[in-house]
Amino acid sequence: MAKVRGAVVVDNEECKGCGLCVEACPHDVLRLNREVNSRGYHYSYMENPGNCIGCSNCGVVCPDTCITIYRMKVE
Amino acid sequence: MELKDLIKPENLVYSKSALLEDVPMHYCPGCSHGVVHKVLAELIEEMGLQEKTVGVAPVGCSVFAYNYIDIDWQEAAHGRAPAVATGIVRVNPDKFVFTYQGDGDLASIGTAEIMHACNRGENILVIFINNGIYGMTGGQMAPTTLEGMVTSTTPFGRNVDLNGYPLKITELIAQLPGTSYVTRQSVETPGAVRKCKKAIKKAIDNVLAKKGTSFVEVVSTCNSGWKMTPVDANHWMQENMFPFYPLGDMKDSVKGDNNAKN
Amino acid sequence: MAEYKLMKGNEVLAEAAIRCGCDGYFGYPITPQSEVMETLMARQPWTETGMVVLQAESEVAAINMVYGAAGSGKKVMTSSSSPGISLMSEGISYIAGAELPCLIVNVQRGGPGLGTIQPSQADYFQTVKGGGHGDYRLIVLAPSSVQEMNDFVGLGFELAFKYRNPAMILTDGALGQMMEKVKLSDYQPRWTKEEIEEKWGSWATTGKTATRKKNIVTSLEMDPGRMEQNNIRFQKKFSEIEENEVRYEAIQCDDAEYILVAFGTSSRVCQKSVELARAKGLKVGLLRPITLYPFPKKAIKELARKVKGFLSVEMSAGQMVEDIKLAVYEAGSTVRVNHFGRMGGIIPTPEEVVEALEEKFSWELSYGVKRSY
Repeated sequence: MAKVRGAVVVDNEECKGCGLCVEACPHDVLRLNREVNSRGYHYSYMENPGNCIGCSNCGVVCPDTCITIYRMKVE
Repeated sequence: MELKDLIKPENLVYSKSALLEDVPMHYCPGCSHGVVHKVLAELIEEMGLQEKTVGVAPVGCSVFAYNYIDIDWQEAAHGRAPAVATGIVRVNPDKFVFTYQGDGDLASIGTAEIMHACNRGENILVIFINNGIYGMTGGQMAPTTLEGMVTSTTPFGRNVDLNGYPLKITELIAQLPGTSYVTRQSVETPGAVRKCKKAIKKAIDNVLAKKGTSFVEVVSTCNSGWKMTPVDANHWMQENMFPFYPLGDMKDSVKGDNNAKN
Repeated sequence: MAEYKLMKGNEVLAEAAIRCGCDGYFGYPITPQSEVMETLMARQPWTETGMVVLQAESEVAAINMVYGAAGSGKKVMTSSSSPGISLMSEGISYIAGAELPCLIVNVQRGGPGLGTIQPSQADYFQTVKGGGHGDYRLIVLAPSSVQEMNDFVGLGFELAFKYRNPAMILTDGALGQMMEKVKLSDYQPRWTKEEIEEKWGSWATTGKTATRKKNIVTSLEMDPGRMEQNNIRFQKKFSEIEENEVRYEAIQCDDAEYILVAFGTSSRVCQKSVELARAKGLKVGLLRPITLYPFPKKAIKELARKVKGFLSVEMSAGQMVEDIKLAVYEAGSTVRVNHFGRMGGIIPTPEEVVEALEEKFSWELSYGVKRSY
């Protein structure tokens, strides 16, 4: 059965760490980093990349449009 | 499977619109403005309207909207965006003109301009960001501030005897025969953003079809002004703003139709 | 073939706008200039030249409609009277700050406040010294006949676009309501979309194309360093205007010992005063500024070196008189500059002006002027 895998790429410098993507993710993929970017924000990252199905929800709610999403079917 | 096998151009499903400029927005983390800007930029790009579009920016937090979307813009005086848009569209009827205004701009200082532009049925799109507070000047009371809501000029909560009542201006706008499509949306969840984008798309279609004024209110958060985290602000909005400002279409018709469902 | 008509000043403003290829008029009714929009609405220029005419909900909205339309490179105008111009002042400052060309007409009435509906010239300060906030100037044309009401519409637009700055016709209720024979201008076609893109495509919101950067019409600049640079650029423009655009009329000034300085309606009165004074043996001339900004400072400076006195005749408590005094001071002259005026909507009579001249310069008339240079 075909399975869908996704990946989220966050522009760490553009991210303001608002956390809306973490809240919007239905598969518990994202977290805010303990580290901060050069502007002092805890940028988001994929804590559980294996869970991502590339649904784009995180990107859709991101106010800073710093999320790019990839998706592919895997056998 | 490795991530690098996944992150390839052929697998790209979501990325920044080409019309969104490569500059960080000045908005606070989690601000709804960014989401609405993005939706607008995506629609202008997808509908091929870049050369036709003139945006009118307001005074308020979104005063710099013109820095973020790659189209021609005019910056209006506080509250006057609908008059500026009227001027542009009357002498350029082939253009797609929209205003982008906050609640202080549209529902307080610019009440006359928005009422009359909508009443004349100007062929423009109005995006109305309602977060119940003045963001840019530091969180003062807006006409749309809820009863009891704490702001920097209502530190003990909005008292209707002193400050009057929260203004449901979109309900008033929906009564005007010049409008074609009047709706209230939000952008706090992925579903809401997608729904809002559909509504704005429909509003733009109406403007292009010269059906009259289209008016899209977006109930929004101002987490800095509300003094909450972005996530908490979304929940607070759902619990407190939506009961008073219920989401949904208020009018879906054409200009001049007085029998429209209001 | 030239076309002559007997018309009111207000009507001719409308006619001239249509004929000079104006794209739009946005206004709000106010006495004594309501005939401008009434004439336009009756003429229905949208069926003829495509010019748009819109009655706005207020003067505030009207001037912001002008801002929007002017920002797209179109030739647009508004007209109002004193209280309405006060309401427009915010928008005028924004238009100047965003460097947009447009034409504004002020058919003045008596003030302050609601005042009267009769003619006045008490908006000189407001028009010439600012009105709105910030360091800006309007190019100000002061017609004194219905013919000039016609001619200055085209001239106002020409100067506004030449310098990308708002221009104002400062007139009054007498000229607005007065009927005179006027030679109408020939029709000029409105600019086409291509012409506008070619002429004003570098700044106007004509729609962003692949070949140019986006255009932003704004008066806002958060960086004070850049805002100062903007202001320096504006001031340079104003210097050029002062250098190139001064217009005035000198009537019997060559042998004059006393100069009446007056513009608009009061200058018509003063023409008769010159006649009356000369009949009495007084060598009086009239200097009529046509541009109030730029002010004909140089002409006054030159006269200041040879005449015995200036009398500023205004329908106000004395506003332009300050600019005359400045010019006389800059000329290093010590001749006196006096003012005579009527206020609140009263037009002075030619006899009153001569009496005022004799009274205010009684010393000079009796003893002459001593010159230290």
